[in-house]
Amino acid sequence: MKKLIIALAATAALLGGITGGAQAQDKTKICFIYVGSKTDGGWTQAHDIGRQALQEHFGDKIETPFLENVPEGPDAERAIERMARSGCAMVFTTSFGFMDATVKVAQKFPDVKFEHATGFKAAENLATYNSRFYEGRYIQGQIAAKMSKKGVAGYIASFPIPEVVMGINAFLLGAQSVNPDFELKVVWANTWFDPGKEADAAKALIDQGVDILTQHTDTTAPMQVAAERGILAFGQASDMIAAGPNTQLTAIVDTWGAYYIKRVQALLDGNWKSEQIWDGLKDGILTMAPYTNMPDDVKAMAEETEAKIKSGELHPFTGPVNKQDGTQWLAEGEKADDGALLGMNFYVEGVDDKLPQ
Amino acid sequence: MRIELQRRSQSSRLFSFVSPLLALVLTLFFGGIMFWMLGKQPLDALYSFFVEPLLEVWSLHELAVKAAPLILIGVGLSICYRSNNWNIGAEGQFTIGAITGSILPVLYPEWHSPMILPLMLVMGMVGGALYAGIPALLKTRFNTNEILTSLMLVYIAQLYLDWLVRGPWRDPQGYNFPQTKSFVPEAVLPEILESGRAHLAIAFALVAAVALWFMMRFMLKGFEVTVLGQSERAGRFAGFSARRMVWFSMMLSGALAGLAGISEVSGSIGHVQPTISPGYGFTAIIVAFLGRLNPLGIIASGFVLALTYLGGEAAQLSIGISDKVSRVFQGLLLFFVLSCDTLIHYRIRIVTQKLRGGAAHHA
Repeated sequence: MKKLIIALAATAALLGGITGGAQAQDKTKICFIYVGSKTDGGWTQAHDIGRQALQEHFGDKIETPFLENVPEGPDAERAIERMARSGCAMVFTTSFGFMDATVKVAQKFPDVKFEHATGFKAAENLATYNSRFYEGRYIQGQIAAKMSKKGVAGYIASFPIPEVVMGINAFLLGAQSVNPDFELKVVWANTWFDPGKEADAAKALIDQGVDILTQHTDTTAPMQVAAERGILAFGQASDMIAAGPNTQLTAIVDTWGAYYIKRVQALLDGNWKSEQIWDGLKDGILTMAPYTNMPDDVKAMAEETEAKIKSGELHPFTGPVNKQDGTQWLAEGEKADDGALLGMNFYVEGVDDKLPQ
Repeated sequence: MRIELQRRSQSSRLFSFVSPLLALVLTLFFGGIMFWMLGKQPLDALYSFFVEPLLEVWSLHELAVKAAPLILIGVGLSICYRSNNWNIGAEGQFTIGAITGSILPVLYPEWHSPMILPLMLVMGMVGGALYAGIPALLKTRFNTNEILTSLMLVYIAQLYLDWLVRGPWRDPQGYNFPQTKSFVPEAVLPEILESGRAHLAIAFALVAAVALWFMMRFMLKGFEVTVLGQSERAGRFAGFSARRMVWFSMMLSGALAGLAGISEVSGSIGHVQPTISPGYGFTAIIVAFLGRLNPLGIIASGFVLALTYLGGEAAQLSIGISDKVSRVFQGLLLFFVLSCDTLIHYRIRIVTQKLRGGAAHHA
């Protein structure tokens, strides 16, 4: 016992000796809150790459602390409040489920600016930002229809919120533009981030006979399963080529960095305004990973579609489009407006699934 | 050569009092080493982990919010464990309590009445108690092992909650997100002070702890718990029933876990969602043992464990270490508590091969 006490005392003295003082802080604090791990290979990693780009751009002028693996629930509110209190000038909350928590904390701290990704509730000091992921999904659908031998793709979905339903519909519309009989099977993983569940969903879909896989969840687990089982797949949020060098056709890559830089610049210049931003391929908030593992003609088609979407010549949700029950949604040539897209809670014709509601 | 644990003829009274503190010191010490290996200043890191959350009023509120369910569940479990009933399923009773307590605000969202909150709390307690009654019934009727049954019932409760909020209880206006309607203001557990988020749950926890301490110290029931826990046979001579004690202790701890569940949902979350607990029911087991199964000790240990949750966040923000560190601290703490306790009752003896051979020869 005596020895133990001596050892403890000695170490405490040693630790005391090497402890330095805290540095003075005059940098602007730009804070981030993540739902998953910053190395998830998908959604959160894409935000973290954006954060690093931001840090690099402004260098010593700012610091960018973050909290990862924050669950969507009561802990989120405390975590966001902690950030606001720790002197953050601006807080980016990067998951849909942080919406109500962000709104509550934003009310308490009118001087702090908040930006919530993919939500729909804004305030004087709370902006929202989102990306038109569906544009990339449409391109993926076209590629899937060309590449699939069986004409069936599998879709690993997270939560049946409009954002996700919109992606499913865009994918199928893209596929149908190539092959009108194309089918789509959907499995709801009911999580954003759970490698185990995502892999199980991938296996279930492959066992049901799909030969192309796409996902709206955050990790590379489905890509790995697709690689093991020898089918093709699309990456999500980050370029997942490392997880499937012979598997990934392309990926929707979220490139938040430019957006983050733009908003922080506005903050530093003193002209930040609460806005509801919904940018797409043409703004560079969304890019397509290199088209790989496909013949040149398919690649050419994908590139052409990408160019048309960027130029505004093609809108993925252009009529005629029917709802799943066969009733008409968009008439010939009619384009869906943003409001309809953001509240989307129905499937288009051809989805082999019942929307959970 | 092998290592043996040999029972001490007498265990030190001083050290059975000091051991939780010693465990705490050892945890801090090895935690410091871990921070040092991660390339951080150990004292800075420990400071931001264990001290920073205590320096601001709002953060103390958050500490109370986290500690309340841990203490409520922990004191209930302490009665169970003292009576030699091993309820490992508090997490499940917490979940069921949250569900039964939420029936009124979820199914009758238009009902605005001051009566709703007391009813919710009672229903939560009843739900938790009944759910803990299942392993009690299985134990008294079929002599099943309550450790296994109560643990397995946790997963059933969690999956039931999951199904409920994705299906029948889902808010039709909630953009298909798996959560119920938000509770009406009358169904929300009120906050205690203006200055932060701490709500009535912490008051419930303190009242429950003091009441159970009083029971254990001054009432016949407390004596009954202790006697039956130490020797069932001796208890029988005193006219106590071990079977009735199974029911009493399980349902008491179930009711408190259920109260913690509905308090968390009503006071902290404001609606029901698939995940309502970061494992309070399991962490409360550490709380109960760290508090030496004494309800007053559990108040202190509840705050310590709550601090490890908050500290993880604070340390992540101020010095950028992973949130996994809080789990490591919880694990270290339990490890040292249990090993300190073991070494109070046992001494380590190193038995050499030669001795063993000699013993065999004699036999």
